[in-house]
This record gives sequence, C-alpha cells and structure tokens, in this order.
Amino acid sequence: MGSFLHRHRGLTPYLLLAPGMLWLAIFFLVPMVFLGYQSLQSGLFPHFQFTWEFSNFSSALSGYHTQLVRSFVYAGIATLACLVLAYPLAYWIAFRAGPWRNLFLLFIVAPFFVTYLVRTLAWLNILADQGPVVRVLRDVHVLGPDGRLLATTFAVVAGITYNFFPFMALPLYVSLEQIDPRLLEASKDLYASSTQSFLRVTVPLSMPGIVAGTLLTFIPAAGDFINAALLGTPNQAMIGNVIQAKFLESLDYPTAASLSFILMGTIMVMLLIYAWIVGSEKLTG
Amino acid sequence: MTTAAETLARPARVGLASRAWRFVARHSLTVYALLAVAYLMLPIAIVILFSFNHPTGRFNYVWHKFTFDNWIHWNSVLGIQSALEKSLEIALLATFVATALGTLIALAIVRHRFVGRGATNVVVFLPMSTPEIVMGSSLLALFLNDQNTIQLGFWTIFIAHVMFIISFVVVTVKARLIGFDRHLEEAAMDLGANEWTTFQKVTLPLLAPAIIAAALLGFALSIDDFVITYLNAGPVQTFPIFVWGVARVAVPPQVNVVASAIFLVAIGLGLANVVWQYRAAKSTRGGT
Repeated sequence: MGSFLHRHRGLTPYLLLAPGMLWLAIFFLVPMVFLGYQSLQSGLFPHFQFTWEFSNFSSALSGYHTQLVRSFVYAGIATLACLVLAYPLAYWIAFRAGPWRNLFLLFIVAPFFVTYLVRTLAWLNILADQGPVVRVLRDVHVLGPDGRLLATTFAVVAGITYNFFPFMALPLYVSLEQIDPRLLEASKDLYASSTQSFLRVTVPLSMPGIVAGTLLTFIPAAGDFINAALLGTPNQAMIGNVIQAKFLESLDYPTAASLSFILMGTIMVMLLIYAWIVGSEKLTG
Repeated sequence: MTTAAETLARPARVGLASRAWRFVARHSLTVYALLAVAYLMLPIAIVILFSFNHPTGRFNYVWHKFTFDNWIHWNSVLGIQSALEKSLEIALLATFVATALGTLIALAIVRHRFVGRGATNVVVFLPMSTPEIVMGSSLLALFLNDQNTIQLGFWTIFIAHVMFIISFVVVTVKARLIGFDRHLEEAAMDLGANEWTTFQKVTLPLLAPAIIAAALLGFALSIDDFVITYLNAGPVQTFPIFVWGVARVAVPPQVNVVASAIFLVAIGLGLANVVWQYRAAKSTRGGT
C-alpha cells in the first residue's frame, strides 16, 4: 500500500477525500437537486407529477410572505440582541477573566448540553403566567393585570436569542482573544481615551468575530421553528413552521419544497449583500 | 517642601481617581459577565430543579414538592427509555463514521495541494451555513423520491447525522492540523519509519485531542438534533422527538431527568477537560 501511494502521490488527497466528500455529495448536494425537482411538481399527495410548475413559487410567496418576512425580522432582532448581550461578556472573558477563562467558556457552551427542546421548554416555566417574572412585571405595571409573556412575540424572540447566544459569543471571544494587548497599549500611548481605543482598535479588530457570529446566529434563527411552536402562537409562526407543517402534516410537498428554496435563496442574497457591505466598509475603513 | 509635596501628591491623586474609575469600570463589566452567565444558566437550573418536582396535576410548570421519584422511576413513562436508547445508538454510530470521514478530509485539505481544493472547502462550509429545515427537507425530498427502496427510520437518521456532523469535524481537526509541527513526522521518517508507521505512531497520537474534541462535538450535535431528525425519522422516536410529542400534551418530569443526566455527563466531561488544560498549562509553565 505504501509503495502504491509512493508511486501515485497525486492520488493521496483524492483517496482521503473520497469517502467524506461522496457522503456530502450524495446526501447534501444531490438532495438539493431533488428539492428543486419537487418544488416544480404539481398534483395532490401521493400523485405528484413534474410539470415545471413555477407557479408554486409565486403562490407560496403570496400565501406565506408574512411568515417569511416575520422570520427575517425575528432573526434580525435576535441576532442584534445576541451581539449586544454577548460582546461585553466575550470581552470580559478575553481580557479580564484570567485563569477563569476556560470555566467561563464552558458556561457559554453549557446550554448546548441541554436538549434544545427541553431548554426551550424551561422558558415556559420562567415566563409562565403564574411565574415570578410575570408577577413582578405586573406589580410594577410593565404588564397589565392580565398581561402575559408567553404566547407573545417577545417570548419567541427571547427564546431565539437565548438558544443561539453561544453561536454569537464564541466567535466574538475567539476574535477578541487574538487581539495583541500591545496594540491597545500603543493606542493609550498615543493619547486615545478608553472609549476611543475601544471603538478604533478593539471593535475593528474583532470584526471577523462579529461577522462570523452574526452569520452563525442569523442563519439558523431564520430557519427555526421550535421557539415559535413552543413559546408562541400561530400569530408568531415563522417560515420553518410552515415548511415543517406542509411536509409532515398537510403533505403538500411541492409548496414545502418551494418555500425551502425561497428561504435558502433569500439567505444567499442577504449573505452576498452582507459580504459586500462588510467588505466595502473594510476597504473604506 | 510644600511645592515638592504638591507635585508629588498631584499625580498620586490623579492616579487614585483614575484608578477608582478603572475599578468601577472593571467591576461593572465583571458584574455584567456574572449576570450574563446567570442568564445562560437560569433555564438549565430550572430544568434540573423541576426534575425533582412532584407536580400536582399533569403540568410540570409550577413548583410543588421535592421528590427523588422521577430520578428513581425515570423510565416509567412509556417510550422514554427506547427513545433515549435510539438517540444514543444513532449518536455513537454517526459520530464514529463522521469523525473518521471528517478527519480524512481535514488531512487532505491541510496536507495537500490539489485541483478542487477550493471547491472542497466550499462544499464543507455549505452544510454549516444552510438552515437545518432546508437540509432536512431536501434529504426528505431525496428519500421520498424512492419510497419503495428507502424506508424512513434509523438509517435515514444515521445518514442525515453523519452528513451534518462531517463539516464540524473537518473544521475542528483542521484547526489543530494547521498548527502541527511537521518536523516530528520528518524525524520519525529519518529514524526509518515508513509513512504508515509514522501516521500511526506520530500523527495520530498528536491529533488525538482534536479528534476527541471533534467526536464529542459531533456526539452533542447528534443527540440534540431535532429538526433534521424529525423530518427524516419516519416512525422512529429519538429523545428530542419524544420531547416534541409530549410537549403538545404535558411534559412529564422524567424528561427533565433525562435532559439533566445528559447535561451532567457532558458538563462533567467539559470540566475534566478544563482541569486537564489548566494542569497542562501549569506544567508547561513550570517546566520552562
């Protein structure tokens, strides 16, 4: 075997790649083709026919644009909330935590060790009508006497924020941790105030983390349906809820497939715009 | 004298004021960090706490009475044990396969220059930047297309899990390979080891921590996955699917027990890793 590889050195990388890449090709790339194929079918379950039914896309859009827009709005708010909440924490861990660093990193990833659905259900306990949070908010008149947190937009967005928080905090930490403290000292030596050196040195140098974190948070958040299903009502339904229900409950595969494609396409377009903005900002800055 | 004292005192006072300001600034950030961690831990604490609750009615939302019963009779709820077993079986098998395949891809990408390397990187990155619902539904579209030969169930879940774990393994192992000291392998070759022996005796042991980390990550991803699994499970129930089913009716405290147990095992491994890294860092510092 060794001598065979020696004679055909150029083959080695392909032999290493073959099993894994074949798996990804067959079970990730090929299914995308089938999804496209299915999105252009017409008919009723179980007799679908491929008819180049492009009207699936327009009817899916006109029927479910509310949920589609809502998904991106919720995901956007949650991503912003994650960024604002996670940045100071990541900053503290990177610069101030000292020997406690690894312990606090473990705290950040700890929610991942609790089954996603169960940790979302825990918010049912916390936000429950008889729970302490609602009671306090009613007492201080933030909520009316019958005001609730559950089954509201707030609950859904808060759930998404909590569930994807680590995806934001970890990349932020990684990029902050790589900043050479001598650069901050240099900015101080050049008479920058703490605010100035934070805004002009720390934030620009942590941009890779901000970019990675927002993408890692926004993309899964936009496709999520668990938070809307468990913490919201049909009025908070996101596009994921529709796709899931179409595939598994109403067995309307063509509509479900075209909605999946629309979701992915919209995310791709947003990614390109985002890359363009971030890139151009870097050029000007 | 007085002027000298003044000149001495003034910078000291400024120093004191700025030090006081820094003290406040530093500690407000620390207080924030602790609050943020409390926020992250709160639902976890609730999950564990309510695993010890003895609920009055069907709903386990309000604290009533402390009990160990849920832990002792954790499998008294129909279907929970088999669901957990299915989750563990799938996670073990999928992690094993995905770790092997992903490590090989990482070796190829970092160690070799070849045609299609850029495309390989893109294909590896894509599953991580695709919403789960899209991956899940596209796989379902593939499987539904041939319903005569493909039965949704254990193996379709296994296929799906391997697919989405591979990318995470590649990324984790790649990070370690990039910082890998190739002189060690050259030294082994100089000492007469052939490529296979070198790989076995030098490369693999040095990569072991990254491979173990990747496998743990893969296992965690697999056991926790709901969206892709739910779409491709057919009649099979994994633990998350079981939870989804009972969430529509009433969640028994045994669900909290199983989730707490998974959490405690995972956090135990995590803590062991933290202590291990801390000791390793200490011993290297002591050695130099």
